[in-house]
Amino acid sequence: MKILVAVKRVVDANVKVRVKADNSGVDLTNAKMAINPFCEIAVEEAIRLKEKGQADEVIVVSIGDKACHEQIRTALALGADRGIHVEAQDGLQPLAVAKLLHAIVQRESIDLVLVGKQSIDSDNNQVAQMLAALGGMPQGTFACGVEVQDGKLKVVREIDGGEQTILLSLPAVVSTDLRLNEPRYASLPNIMKAKKKPIDSLTPADLGVSVAARLRTVSVEPPPERSAGIKVASVDELITRLKTEAKVI
Amino acid sequence: MKILVIAEHDNLSLKPATLSTVTAALAIGQPVDVLVAGAACASVANAAAAVAGVSRVLVADHPAHAAQLAESIAALVAEIGTQYTHILAAATTTGKNLLPRVAALLDVAQISEIVAVKSADTFVRPIYAGNALATVQSDDPVKVITVRTTAFAEAASAGNAAAVEPLNVVKEQALSAFVGQQLSTSERPELTAASVVISGGRGMQSGENFVLIEKVADKLGAAIGASRAAVDAGFVPNDMQVGQTGKIVAPELYIAVGISGAIQHLAGMKDSKVIVAINKDAEAPIFQVADYGLVDDLFKVLPELAEKL
Ligand SMILES: Cc1cc2nc3c(=O)[nH]c(=O)nc-3n(C[C@H](O)[C@H](O)[C@H](O)COP(=O)(O)OP(=O)(O)OC[C@H]3O[C@@H](n4cnc5c(N)ncnc54)[C@H](O)[C@@H]3O)c2cc1C
Repeated sequence: MKILVAVKRVVDANVKVRVKADNSGVDLTNAKMAINPFCEIAVEEAIRLKEKGQADEVIVVSIGDKACHEQIRTALALGADRGIHVEAQDGLQPLAVAKLLHAIVQRESIDLVLVGKQSIDSDNNQVAQMLAALGGMPQGTFACGVEVQDGKLKVVREIDGGEQTILLSLPAVVSTDLRLNEPRYASLPNIMKAKKKPIDSLTPADLGVSVAARLRTVSVEPPPERSAGIKVASVDELITRLKTEAKVI
Repeated sequence: MKILVIAEHDNLSLKPATLSTVTAALAIGQPVDVLVAGAACASVANAAAAVAGVSRVLVADHPAHAAQLAESIAALVAEIGTQYTHILAAATTTGKNLLPRVAALLDVAQISEIVAVKSADTFVRPIYAGNALATVQSDDPVKVITVRTTAFAEAASAGNAAAVEPLNVVKEQALSAFVGQQLSTSERPELTAASVVISGGRGMQSGENFVLIEKVADKLGAAIGASRAAVDAGFVPNDMQVGQTGKIVAPELYIAVGISGAIQHLAGMKDSKVIVAINKDAEAPIFQVADYGLVDDLFKVLPELAEKL
Protein backbone atom coordinates (compact mmCIF):
# COMPACT_ATOMS: atom_id res chain seq x y z
CA MET A 1 0.00 0.00 0.00
CA LYS A 2 1.26 3.45 -0.92
CA ILE A 3 0.28 6.29 1.40
CA LEU A 4 0.18 10.01 0.67
CA VAL A 5 0.15 12.40 3.62
CA ALA A 6 -0.47 16.10 3.15
CA VAL A 7 1.00 18.55 5.64
CA LYS A 8 0.32 22.25 5.96
CA ARG A 9 2.60 24.90 7.38
CA VAL A 10 0.57 26.97 9.82
CA VAL A 11 1.07 29.33 12.72
CA ASP A 12 1.94 27.46 15.93
CA ALA A 13 -1.15 26.48 17.94
CA ASN A 14 -0.02 28.48 20.97
CA VAL A 15 0.21 31.80 19.13
CA LYS A 16 -2.71 34.15 19.59
CA VAL A 17 -2.87 35.95 16.28
CA ARG A 18 -3.87 39.58 15.79
CA VAL A 19 -5.75 41.12 12.92
CA LYS A 20 -3.76 43.60 10.80
CA ALA A 21 -4.67 47.25 11.19
CA ASP A 22 -5.77 47.50 7.54
CA ASN A 23 -8.12 44.52 7.98
CA SER A 24 -6.52 42.64 5.11
CA GLY A 25 -5.70 39.55 7.17
CA VAL A 26 -3.87 38.47 10.31
CA ASP A 27 -0.37 39.55 11.16
CA LEU A 28 2.02 36.60 11.02
CA THR A 29 5.25 38.60 11.01
CA ASN A 30 7.86 36.64 12.98
CA ALA A 31 5.18 34.23 14.22
CA LYS A 32 6.38 30.73 15.08
CA MET A 33 5.28 28.28 12.37
CA ALA A 34 4.73 24.54 12.62
CA ILE A 35 3.10 21.53 10.99
CA ASN A 36 -0.64 21.79 11.49
CA PRO A 37 -1.29 19.54 14.53
CA PHE A 38 -3.87 17.43 12.70
CA CYS A 39 -1.42 16.85 9.82
CA GLU A 40 1.18 15.70 12.33
CA ILE A 41 -1.31 13.07 13.52
CA ALA A 42 -1.79 12.00 9.89
CA VAL A 43 1.99 11.60 9.45
CA GLU A 44 2.17 9.52 12.62
CA GLU A 45 -0.64 7.23 11.48
CA ALA A 46 1.02 6.66 8.12
CA ILE A 47 4.30 5.76 9.79
CA ARG A 48 2.55 3.35 12.15
CA LEU A 49 0.89 1.61 9.19
CA LYS A 50 4.31 1.26 7.62
CA GLU A 51 5.82 -0.05 10.84
CA LYS A 52 3.05 -2.65 11.00
CA GLY A 53 4.03 -3.77 7.52
CA GLN A 54 0.77 -2.55 6.00
CA ALA A 55 2.27 0.23 3.95
CA ASP A 56 5.27 0.10 1.63
CA GLU A 57 5.90 3.77 1.14
CA VAL A 58 4.88 7.02 2.80
CA ILE A 59 5.06 10.13 0.64
CA VAL A 60 4.58 13.52 2.26
CA VAL A 61 3.40 16.52 0.28
CA SER A 62 3.12 20.17 1.22
CA ILE A 63 1.69 22.98 -0.87
CA GLY A 64 2.89 26.52 -0.43
CA ASP A 65 5.96 28.70 -0.75
CA LYS A 66 9.56 27.48 -0.20
CA ALA A 67 9.27 27.78 3.56
CA CYS A 68 7.15 24.63 3.78
CA HIS A 69 10.28 22.58 3.02
CA GLU A 70 10.81 22.86 6.78
CA GLN A 71 7.54 20.99 7.46
CA ILE A 72 8.31 18.37 4.80
CA ARG A 73 11.70 17.77 6.44
CA THR A 74 10.00 17.40 9.81
CA ALA A 75 7.68 14.75 8.39
CA LEU A 76 10.64 12.99 6.78
CA ALA A 77 12.42 13.01 10.14
CA LEU A 78 9.36 11.40 11.70
CA GLY A 79 9.64 8.57 9.19
CA ALA A 80 8.10 9.48 5.83
CA ASP A 81 10.15 8.14 2.89
CA ARG A 82 10.16 11.03 0.45
CA GLY A 83 8.66 14.44 -0.07
CA ILE A 84 6.88 16.44 -2.73
CA HIS A 85 6.74 20.20 -2.60
CA VAL A 86 4.10 21.87 -4.75
CA GLU A 87 5.31 25.41 -5.18
CA ALA A 88 2.41 27.80 -4.94
CA GLN A 89 1.40 30.89 -3.09
CA ASP A 90 0.46 30.29 0.54
CA GLY A 91 -3.17 30.06 1.49
CA LEU A 92 -4.57 28.24 -1.54
CA GLN A 93 -8.25 27.47 -1.09
CA PRO A 94 -9.38 23.93 -0.23
CA LEU A 95 -10.76 23.12 -3.70
CA ALA A 96 -7.42 24.01 -5.30
CA VAL A 97 -5.53 21.99 -2.69
CA ALA A 98 -7.83 19.01 -3.28
CA LYS A 99 -7.28 19.24 -7.05
CA LEU A 100 -3.50 19.30 -6.63
CA LEU A 101 -3.62 16.32 -4.28
CA HIS A 102 -5.92 14.51 -6.68
CA ALA A 103 -3.38 14.96 -9.47
CA ILE A 104 -0.64 13.56 -7.23
CA VAL A 105 -2.83 10.62 -6.17
CA GLN A 106 -3.21 9.70 -9.84
CA ARG A 107 0.42 10.26 -10.74
CA GLU A 108 1.71 8.18 -7.83
CA SER A 109 -1.07 5.53 -7.79
CA ILE A 110 -1.81 6.19 -4.13
CA ASP A 111 -3.93 3.72 -2.14
CA LEU A 112 -4.55 5.78 0.96
CA VAL A 113 -4.46 9.51 1.59
CA LEU A 114 -4.17 10.74 5.17
CA VAL A 115 -4.82 14.41 5.92
CA GLY A 116 -5.71 16.43 9.00
CA LYS A 117 -9.41 17.12 9.49
CA GLN A 118 -8.84 20.87 9.57
CA SER A 119 -6.03 23.34 9.63
CA ILE A 120 -5.92 25.58 12.66
CA ASP A 121 -5.53 28.75 10.58
CA SER A 122 -8.32 28.68 8.00
CA ASP A 123 -10.48 26.24 10.02
CA ASN A 124 -12.16 24.95 6.85
CA ASN A 125 -12.37 21.18 7.34
CA GLN A 126 -12.82 20.49 3.61
CA VAL A 127 -9.81 19.05 1.80
CA ALA A 128 -10.30 15.33 2.61
CA GLN A 129 -13.95 15.37 1.56
CA MET A 130 -13.21 17.32 -1.64
CA LEU A 131 -10.31 15.09 -2.62
CA ALA A 132 -12.44 11.99 -2.05
CA ALA A 133 -15.15 13.45 -4.29
CA LEU A 134 -12.70 14.34 -7.08
CA GLY A 135 -11.19 10.86 -7.03
CA GLY A 136 -14.48 9.01 -6.66
CA MET A 137 -13.04 7.61 -3.43
CA PRO A 138 -14.72 6.90 -0.10
CA GLN A 139 -13.96 9.14 2.86
CA GLY A 140 -13.38 8.45 6.53
CA THR A 141 -13.45 11.85 8.17
CA PHE A 142 -12.65 12.78 11.80
CA ALA A 143 -10.97 9.41 12.33
CA CYS A 144 -10.03 8.19 15.80
CA GLY A 145 -9.29 4.64 14.64
CA VAL A 146 -7.89 3.24 11.38
CA GLU A 147 -7.33 -0.44 10.64
CA VAL A 148 -6.58 -2.33 7.44
CA GLN A 149 -8.83 -5.38 7.15
CA ASP A 150 -8.80 -7.77 4.17
CA GLY A 151 -7.90 -5.08 1.69
CA LYS A 152 -10.42 -2.66 3.15
CA LEU A 153 -10.11 0.12 5.67
CA LYS A 154 -12.08 0.14 8.91
CA VAL A 155 -12.42 3.68 10.21
CA VAL A 156 -13.85 4.76 13.54
CA ARG A 157 -15.10 8.35 13.34
CA GLU A 158 -15.76 10.92 16.05
CA ILE A 159 -19.27 12.21 15.44
CA ASP A 160 -21.46 14.62 17.41
CA GLY A 161 -23.40 11.81 19.09
CA GLY A 162 -20.44 9.54 19.86
CA GLU A 163 -18.54 7.25 17.49
CA GLN A 164 -19.34 5.65 14.16
CA THR A 165 -17.56 2.77 12.42
CA ILE A 166 -17.48 2.46 8.64
CA LEU A 167 -15.73 0.19 6.16
CA LEU A 168 -14.11 1.78 3.10
CA SER A 169 -12.83 0.26 -0.10
CA LEU A 170 -9.37 1.37 -1.24
CA PRO A 171 -8.20 3.78 -2.50
CA ALA A 172 -9.64 5.99 0.23
CA VAL A 173 -9.16 9.31 1.99
CA VAL A 174 -9.00 9.61 5.77
CA SER A 175 -9.02 12.81 7.81
CA THR A 176 -7.57 12.58 11.29
CA ASP A 177 -9.08 13.75 14.55
CA LEU A 178 -7.17 14.55 17.72
CA ARG A 179 -7.43 11.18 19.38
CA LEU A 180 -6.23 8.98 16.52
CA ASN A 181 -2.74 8.79 18.00
CA GLU A 182 -0.10 10.76 19.85
CA PRO A 183 2.63 11.84 17.43
CA ARG A 184 6.19 10.89 18.29
CA TYR A 185 9.13 13.24 18.47
CA ALA A 186 11.84 13.01 15.84
CA SER A 187 15.13 11.63 17.13
CA LEU A 188 18.39 13.37 16.29
CA PRO A 189 19.68 10.52 14.08
CA ASN A 190 16.38 10.56 12.18
CA ILE A 191 16.60 14.32 11.72
CA MET A 192 20.06 13.81 10.21
CA LYS A 193 18.83 10.97 7.99
CA ALA A 194 15.90 13.08 6.79
CA LYS A 195 18.31 15.58 5.27
CA LYS A 196 19.26 12.95 2.68
CA LYS A 197 15.72 11.97 1.75
CA PRO A 198 14.57 13.32 -1.62
CA ILE A 199 12.06 16.16 -2.04
CA ASP A 200 10.64 16.66 -5.55
CA SER A 201 9.41 20.05 -6.61
CA LEU A 202 6.33 20.50 -8.77
CA THR A 203 4.17 23.40 -9.81
CA PRO A 204 0.40 23.49 -10.26
CA ALA A 205 1.10 23.79 -14.00
CA ASP A 206 3.13 20.54 -13.92
CA LEU A 207 0.08 18.91 -12.41
CA GLY A 208 -2.30 20.58 -14.87
CA VAL A 209 -4.34 22.22 -12.13
CA SER A 210 -5.79 25.72 -12.00
CA VAL A 211 -5.50 27.07 -8.48
CA ALA A 212 -7.53 30.23 -9.05
CA ALA A 213 -9.30 31.43 -5.89
CA ARG A 214 -13.06 30.99 -5.78
CA LEU A 215 -13.63 33.09 -2.71
CA ARG A 216 -12.51 36.64 -2.17
CA THR A 217 -11.70 37.84 1.31
CA VAL A 218 -13.38 41.23 1.62
CA SER A 219 -12.06 42.00 5.09
CA VAL A 220 -10.77 40.41 8.27
CA GLU A 221 -11.92 41.90 11.56
CA PRO A 222 -11.09 41.16 15.17
CA PRO A 223 -13.94 39.45 17.03
CA PRO A 224 -15.85 41.44 19.64
CA GLU A 225 -13.64 41.56 22.74
CA ARG A 226 -14.89 40.04 25.95
CA SER A 227 -13.61 41.90 28.92
CA ALA A 228 -12.81 40.28 32.23
CA GLY A 229 -15.59 40.63 34.78
CA ILE A 230 -15.23 40.46 38.52
CA LYS A 231 -13.88 37.99 41.01
CA VAL A 232 -16.40 36.78 43.55
CA ALA A 233 -15.32 35.88 47.08
CA SER A 234 -17.57 32.94 47.79
CA VAL A 235 -20.07 30.44 46.42
CA ASP A 236 -22.84 32.46 48.11
CA GLU A 237 -21.81 35.63 46.30
CA LEU A 238 -21.61 33.74 43.01
CA ILE A 239 -25.14 32.37 43.36
CA THR A 240 -26.56 35.74 44.40
CA ARG A 241 -24.97 37.53 41.47
CA LEU A 242 -26.08 34.90 38.97
CA LYS A 243 -29.62 35.24 40.28
CA THR A 244 -30.02 38.96 40.81
CA GLU A 245 -27.43 40.58 38.54
CA ALA A 246 -26.95 38.25 35.56
CA LYS A 247 -30.40 36.69 35.96
CA VAL A 248 -29.34 33.45 34.30
CA ILE A 249 -30.42 31.01 37.02
CA MET B 1 -32.68 32.72 -5.82
CA LYS B 2 -33.50 29.21 -4.66
CA ILE B 3 -32.10 27.66 -1.51
CA LEU B 4 -31.74 24.05 -0.42
CA VAL B 5 -31.30 23.15 3.24
CA ILE B 6 -30.10 19.64 4.06
CA ALA B 7 -32.03 18.37 7.08
CA GLU B 8 -30.08 17.06 10.08
CA HIS B 9 -31.90 14.03 11.46
CA ASP B 10 -31.63 10.43 12.68
CA ASN B 11 -34.50 9.06 10.54
CA LEU B 12 -36.85 9.65 13.48
CA SER B 13 -36.68 13.28 14.45
CA LEU B 14 -35.60 16.55 12.89
CA LYS B 15 -32.68 18.05 14.84
CA PRO B 16 -32.84 21.65 16.10
CA ALA B 17 -29.67 22.39 14.09
CA THR B 18 -31.89 22.35 11.00
CA LEU B 19 -34.07 25.11 12.47
CA SER B 20 -31.06 27.42 12.82
CA THR B 21 -29.95 26.53 9.29
CA VAL B 22 -33.39 27.49 7.94
CA THR B 23 -33.03 30.88 9.66
CA ALA B 24 -29.67 31.39 7.94
CA ALA B 25 -31.24 30.36 4.63
CA LEU B 26 -34.10 32.83 5.03
CA ALA B 27 -31.55 35.56 5.74
CA ILE B 28 -30.18 34.88 2.25
CA GLY B 29 -33.50 34.70 0.44
CA GLN B 30 -36.39 32.54 -0.67
CA PRO B 31 -37.78 30.04 -1.53
CA VAL B 32 -36.22 27.54 0.88
CA ASP B 33 -36.56 23.82 0.17
CA VAL B 34 -35.53 21.20 2.71
CA LEU B 35 -34.05 17.86 1.66
CA VAL B 36 -34.66 14.93 3.97
CA ALA B 37 -32.44 12.06 2.84
CA GLY B 38 -32.83 8.96 4.96
CA ALA B 39 -34.65 5.67 5.35
CA ALA B 40 -38.16 5.35 6.79
CA CYS B 41 -37.90 9.05 7.58
CA ALA B 42 -41.50 10.19 7.01
CA SER B 43 -41.78 11.66 10.50
CA VAL B 44 -38.74 13.84 9.79
CA ALA B 45 -40.28 15.05 6.54
CA ASN B 46 -43.48 15.98 8.34
CA ALA B 47 -41.55 17.85 11.00
CA ALA B 48 -39.63 19.73 8.30
CA ALA B 49 -42.87 20.70 6.55
CA ALA B 50 -44.05 22.36 9.74
CA VAL B 51 -40.99 24.63 10.04
CA ALA B 52 -41.79 28.31 9.45
CA GLY B 53 -40.49 29.67 6.16
CA VAL B 54 -40.01 26.33 4.39
CA SER B 55 -41.56 26.21 0.90
CA ARG B 56 -41.15 22.56 0.03
CA VAL B 57 -39.78 19.37 1.55
CA LEU B 58 -38.07 16.84 -0.72
CA VAL B 59 -37.91 13.34 0.71
CA ALA B 60 -35.33 10.88 -0.58
CA ASP B 61 -36.50 7.87 1.44
CA HIS B 62 -34.50 4.77 0.56
CA PRO B 63 -32.69 2.01 2.50
CA ALA B 64 -29.44 3.10 0.80
CA HIS B 65 -29.69 6.38 2.74
CA ALA B 66 -30.19 4.79 6.17
CA ALA B 67 -26.78 5.72 7.58
CA GLN B 68 -26.58 8.93 5.49
CA LEU B 69 -23.11 8.05 4.25
CA ALA B 70 -21.50 11.00 2.51
CA GLU B 71 -20.66 9.12 -0.68
CA SER B 72 -24.25 8.47 -1.71
CA ILE B 73 -25.92 11.54 -0.19
CA ALA B 74 -23.36 13.91 -1.75
CA ALA B 75 -23.99 12.40 -5.19
CA LEU B 76 -27.71 12.89 -4.66
CA VAL B 77 -27.37 16.49 -3.48
CA ALA B 78 -24.97 17.33 -6.31
CA GLU B 79 -27.45 15.97 -8.85
CA ILE B 80 -30.31 18.21 -7.70
CA GLY B 81 -27.95 20.95 -6.51
CA THR B 82 -27.55 22.69 -9.85
CA GLN B 83 -31.17 23.83 -9.60
CA TYR B 84 -30.25 25.90 -6.56
CA THR B 85 -28.30 29.07 -5.90
CA HIS B 86 -27.40 28.04 -2.34
CA ILE B 87 -27.04 24.72 -0.52
CA LEU B 88 -26.86 24.91 3.27
CA ALA B 89 -26.33 22.44 6.09
CA ALA B 90 -25.58 22.82 9.77
CA ALA B 91 -21.90 22.72 10.70
CA THR B 92 -22.38 19.48 12.60
CA THR B 93 -20.18 16.44 11.98
CA THR B 94 -22.82 15.30 9.46
CA GLY B 95 -22.90 18.59 7.59
CA LYS B 96 -19.12 18.99 7.65
CA ASN B 97 -18.71 15.46 6.32
CA LEU B 98 -21.15 16.02 3.48
CA LEU B 99 -20.97 19.54 2.07
CA PRO B 100 -17.32 19.75 0.98
CA ARG B 101 -17.94 16.58 -1.02
CA VAL B 102 -21.01 18.18 -2.61
CA ALA B 103 -19.05 21.36 -3.40
CA ALA B 104 -16.24 19.44 -5.10
CA LEU B 105 -18.73 17.48 -7.19
CA LEU B 106 -20.21 20.81 -8.30
CA ASP B 107 -16.72 22.32 -8.78
CA VAL B 108 -17.46 25.20 -6.43
CA ALA B 109 -15.98 26.45 -3.16
CA GLN B 110 -17.47 25.53 0.16
CA ILE B 111 -17.87 28.19 2.81
CA SER B 112 -17.45 26.79 6.32
CA GLU B 113 -19.30 27.70 9.52
CA ILE B 114 -20.77 31.05 8.64
CA VAL B 115 -21.85 33.21 11.57
CA ALA B 116 -23.52 36.00 9.57
CA VAL B 117 -25.08 36.63 6.17
CA LYS B 118 -24.05 39.99 4.68
CA SER B 119 -25.77 39.47 1.34
CA ALA B 120 -26.63 36.61 -1.01
CA ASP B 121 -22.95 36.17 -1.92
CA THR B 122 -21.11 37.53 1.12
CA PHE B 123 -20.74 35.81 4.47
CA VAL B 124 -18.81 36.11 7.72
CA ARG B 125 -16.89 33.17 9.18
CA PRO B 126 -14.43 32.74 12.03
CA ILE B 127 -10.83 31.77 11.27
CA TYR B 128 -7.81 31.15 13.53
CA ALA B 129 -9.91 29.62 16.32
CA GLY B 130 -12.23 32.60 16.28
CA ASN B 131 -9.43 35.13 16.76
CA ALA B 132 -10.46 36.75 13.49
CA LEU B 133 -13.67 37.06 11.52
CA ALA B 134 -13.30 36.89 7.74
CA THR B 135 -15.89 38.36 5.39
CA VAL B 136 -15.80 36.32 2.19
CA GLN B 137 -17.50 36.78 -1.16
CA SER B 138 -18.24 34.03 -3.66
CA ASP B 139 -18.89 34.29 -7.40
CA ASP B 140 -19.68 30.60 -7.75
CA PRO B 141 -23.05 29.79 -9.37
CA VAL B 142 -23.96 27.64 -6.37
CA LYS B 143 -22.88 28.66 -2.89
CA VAL B 144 -22.34 25.64 -0.66
CA ILE B 145 -22.36 26.68 2.98
CA THR B 146 -22.21 25.18 6.47
CA VAL B 147 -23.85 27.20 9.22
CA ARG B 148 -22.66 27.66 12.80
CA THR B 149 -25.98 27.02 14.51
CA THR B 150 -25.25 29.04 17.65
CA ALA B 151 -25.10 32.18 15.49
CA PHE B 152 -28.66 31.84 14.16
CA ALA B 153 -31.89 31.60 16.17
CA GLU B 154 -34.09 28.57 15.59
CA ALA B 155 -36.96 29.00 13.13
CA ALA B 156 -40.37 28.16 14.59
CA SER B 157 -40.82 24.40 14.42
CA ALA B 158 -44.60 24.49 14.04
CA GLY B 159 -47.33 26.31 12.17
CA ASN B 160 -46.32 25.71 8.54
CA ALA B 161 -47.64 23.10 6.14
CA ALA B 162 -45.16 23.02 3.29
CA ALA B 163 -45.65 20.58 0.42
CA VAL B 164 -43.88 17.25 0.88
CA GLU B 165 -42.64 15.68 -2.35
CA PRO B 166 -40.89 12.37 -2.86
CA LEU B 167 -37.53 12.57 -4.60
CA ASN B 168 -36.80 9.38 -6.46
CA VAL B 169 -33.10 9.83 -6.95
CA VAL B 170 -30.89 7.13 -5.47
CA LYS B 171 -27.14 7.16 -5.95
CA GLU B 172 -26.25 3.96 -4.22
CA GLN B 173 -22.53 3.26 -4.16
CA ALA B 174 -20.32 0.46 -2.96
CA LEU B 175 -17.43 2.62 -1.77
CA SER B 176 -18.34 2.68 1.90
CA ALA B 177 -20.46 0.68 4.29
CA PHE B 178 -21.88 1.42 7.70
CA VAL B 179 -20.64 -1.02 10.35
CA GLY B 180 -22.04 0.37 13.57
CA GLN B 181 -22.14 3.25 15.99
CA GLN B 182 -21.83 3.93 19.66
CA LEU B 183 -23.97 6.83 20.68
CA SER B 184 -23.76 8.43 24.09
CA THR B 185 -27.09 8.43 25.82
CA SER B 186 -27.96 11.08 28.30
CA GLU B 187 -31.07 12.44 29.94
CA ARG B 188 -29.47 15.85 29.91
CA PRO B 189 -30.11 18.55 27.34
CA GLU B 190 -28.02 18.38 24.17
CA LEU B 191 -24.74 20.24 24.60
CA THR B 192 -25.08 22.60 21.66
CA ALA B 193 -28.71 23.47 22.45
CA ALA B 194 -28.61 23.76 26.27
CA SER B 195 -29.18 27.10 27.98
CA VAL B 196 -26.76 26.19 30.75
CA VAL B 197 -23.51 24.28 30.21
CA ILE B 198 -21.02 23.24 32.88
CA SER B 199 -17.69 21.91 31.66
CA GLY B 200 -14.84 20.19 33.45
CA GLY B 201 -11.17 20.20 32.55
CA ARG B 202 -7.95 18.51 33.54
CA GLY B 203 -8.43 19.92 37.04
CA MET B 204 -11.19 17.33 37.59
CA GLN B 205 -8.42 14.70 37.85
CA SER B 206 -10.61 11.71 36.95
CA GLY B 207 -13.80 10.57 35.27
CA GLU B 208 -15.26 9.59 38.65
CA ASN B 209 -14.92 13.16 39.86
CA PHE B 210 -17.30 14.31 37.12
CA VAL B 211 -20.04 13.18 39.55
CA LEU B 212 -19.38 16.50 41.29
CA ILE B 213 -20.21 18.32 38.04
CA GLU B 214 -23.26 16.13 37.46
CA LYS B 215 -24.71 17.13 40.81
CA VAL B 216 -24.49 20.81 39.92
CA ALA B 217 -25.80 20.10 36.41
CA ASP B 218 -28.81 18.33 37.92
CA LYS B 219 -29.68 21.46 39.90
CA LEU B 220 -29.34 23.74 36.87
CA GLY B 221 -30.79 21.45 34.19
CA ALA B 222 -27.43 21.87 32.49
CA ALA B 223 -25.61 19.96 29.78
CA ILE B 224 -22.09 18.79 30.58
CA GLY B 225 -19.05 19.59 28.48
CA ALA B 226 -15.30 19.16 28.80
CA SER B 227 -11.96 20.47 27.64
CA ARG B 228 -9.80 18.50 25.24
CA ALA B 229 -7.45 17.62 28.10
CA ALA B 230 -10.32 15.96 30.00
CA VAL B 231 -11.34 14.01 26.90
CA ASP B 232 -7.79 13.01 25.97
CA ALA B 233 -7.22 11.77 29.53
CA GLY B 234 -10.27 9.54 29.13
CA PHE B 235 -12.34 11.22 31.87
CA VAL B 236 -15.30 11.66 29.49
CA PRO B 237 -16.20 10.74 25.87
CA ASN B 238 -15.17 12.76 22.84
CA ASP B 239 -18.64 14.10 22.08
CA MET B 240 -18.36 16.29 25.18
CA GLN B 241 -15.38 18.30 23.91
CA VAL B 242 -16.04 22.01 23.60
CA GLY B 243 -13.69 24.06 21.43
CA GLN B 244 -12.18 24.97 18.08
CA THR B 245 -12.16 21.36 17.02
CA GLY B 246 -15.00 20.10 19.18
CA LYS B 247 -18.44 21.53 19.72
CA ILE B 248 -19.34 25.19 19.64
CA VAL B 249 -21.69 26.29 22.40
CA ALA B 250 -23.25 29.64 23.26
CA PRO B 251 -25.55 29.10 26.24
CA GLU B 252 -27.00 31.73 28.57
CA LEU B 253 -24.61 30.47 31.24
CA TYR B 254 -21.31 28.63 30.80
CA ILE B 255 -19.44 27.39 33.85
CA ALA B 256 -15.81 26.35 33.31
CA VAL B 257 -14.42 24.23 36.12
CA GLY B 258 -10.72 23.37 36.32
CA ILE B 259 -10.20 24.64 32.77
CA SER B 260 -7.27 26.97 32.07
CA GLY B 261 -8.79 28.75 29.07
CA ALA B 262 -6.57 27.85 26.10
CA ILE B 263 -7.31 29.63 22.79
CA GLN B 264 -8.79 26.42 21.41
CA HIS B 265 -11.20 26.03 24.30
CA LEU B 266 -12.26 29.68 24.24
CA ALA B 267 -13.07 29.29 20.54
CA GLY B 268 -15.90 26.96 21.51
CA MET B 269 -17.54 28.95 24.30
CA LYS B 270 -16.66 32.62 24.26
CA ASP B 271 -19.96 33.62 22.68
CA SER B 272 -21.79 32.40 25.78
CA LYS B 273 -23.87 35.14 27.40
CA VAL B 274 -22.50 34.78 30.92
CA ILE B 275 -19.27 32.93 31.72
CA VAL B 276 -18.30 31.69 35.17
CA ALA B 277 -14.82 30.33 35.85
CA ILE B 278 -13.85 28.23 38.83
CA ASN B 279 -10.11 27.73 39.03
CA LYS B 280 -7.58 27.68 41.84
CA ASP B 281 -5.03 29.58 39.77
CA ALA B 282 -5.88 33.30 39.82
CA GLU B 283 -3.68 33.81 36.74
CA ALA B 284 -5.52 31.28 34.55
CA PRO B 285 -6.44 32.89 31.19
CA ILE B 286 -10.04 31.75 31.55
CA PHE B 287 -10.54 34.63 34.01
CA GLN B 288 -9.85 37.11 31.18
CA VAL B 289 -13.14 36.15 29.54
CA ALA B 290 -15.17 35.27 32.65
CA ASP B 291 -17.91 37.55 33.92
CA TYR B 292 -17.64 35.95 37.33
CA GLY B 293 -14.50 34.28 38.55
CA LEU B 294 -14.10 32.23 41.70
CA VAL B 295 -10.51 31.48 42.67
CA ASP B 296 -10.76 28.38 44.77
CA ASP B 297 -10.38 24.60 44.86
CA LEU B 298 -13.06 23.02 42.71
CA PHE B 299 -13.32 20.05 45.06
CA LYS B 300 -14.55 22.47 47.72
CA VAL B 301 -16.65 24.68 45.44
CA LEU B 302 -18.62 22.05 43.50
CA PRO B 303 -20.19 20.27 46.50
CA GLU B 304 -21.08 23.64 48.03
CA LEU B 305 -22.65 24.81 44.77
CA ALA B 306 -24.68 21.61 44.45
CA GLU B 307 -25.94 22.04 47.97
CA LYS B 308 -26.80 25.74 47.83
CA LEU B 309 -28.37 25.99 44.37
C1 LIG C 1 -5.02 21.36 17.23
C2 LIG C 1 -5.54 21.56 18.61
C3 LIG C 1 -6.90 21.54 18.82
C4 LIG C 1 -7.42 21.69 20.08
N1 LIG C 1 -8.77 21.69 20.25
C5 LIG C 1 -9.27 21.87 21.49
C6 LIG C 1 -10.68 21.92 21.70
O1 LIG C 1 -11.48 21.80 20.78
N2 LIG C 1 -11.11 22.10 22.97
C7 LIG C 1 -10.26 22.24 24.04
O2 LIG C 1 -10.73 22.39 25.18
N3 LIG C 1 -8.94 22.21 23.85
C8 LIG C 1 -8.42 22.01 22.61
N4 LIG C 1 -7.07 21.96 22.45
C9 LIG C 1 -6.21 21.87 23.67
C10 LIG C 1 -5.90 23.18 24.35
O3 LIG C 1 -4.80 23.78 23.72
C11 LIG C 1 -5.58 22.93 25.82
O4 LIG C 1 -4.51 22.04 25.91
C12 LIG C 1 -6.74 22.35 26.64
O5 LIG C 1 -7.91 23.12 26.40
C13 LIG C 1 -6.40 22.36 28.09
O6 LIG C 1 -7.42 21.76 28.85
P1 LIG C 1 -7.63 22.17 30.37
O7 LIG C 1 -7.88 23.61 30.49
O8 LIG C 1 -8.64 21.24 30.93
O9 LIG C 1 -6.23 21.72 31.02
P2 LIG C 1 -5.08 22.63 31.62
O10 LIG C 1 -4.64 23.65 30.67
O11 LIG C 1 -4.09 21.68 32.17
O12 LIG C 1 -5.80 23.40 32.80
C14 LIG C 1 -6.25 22.79 33.97
C15 LIG C 1 -6.72 23.91 34.89
O13 LIG C 1 -7.32 23.33 36.04
C16 LIG C 1 -6.97 24.12 37.17
N5 LIG C 1 -7.07 23.26 38.35
C17 LIG C 1 -6.35 22.14 38.62
N6 LIG C 1 -6.75 21.61 39.79
C18 LIG C 1 -7.73 22.42 40.27
C19 LIG C 1 -8.52 22.40 41.45
N7 LIG C 1 -8.41 21.44 42.37
N8 LIG C 1 -9.43 23.39 41.64
C20 LIG C 1 -9.57 24.37 40.72
N9 LIG C 1 -8.85 24.44 39.58
C21 LIG C 1 -7.93 23.47 39.37
C22 LIG C 1 -5.56 24.58 36.89
O14 LIG C 1 -5.26 25.77 37.61
C23 LIG C 1 -5.60 24.81 35.38
O15 LIG C 1 -5.92 26.16 35.06
C24 LIG C 1 -6.54 21.85 21.18
C25 LIG C 1 -5.17 21.90 20.98
C26 LIG C 1 -4.66 21.75 19.70
C27 LIG C 1 -3.19 21.83 19.50
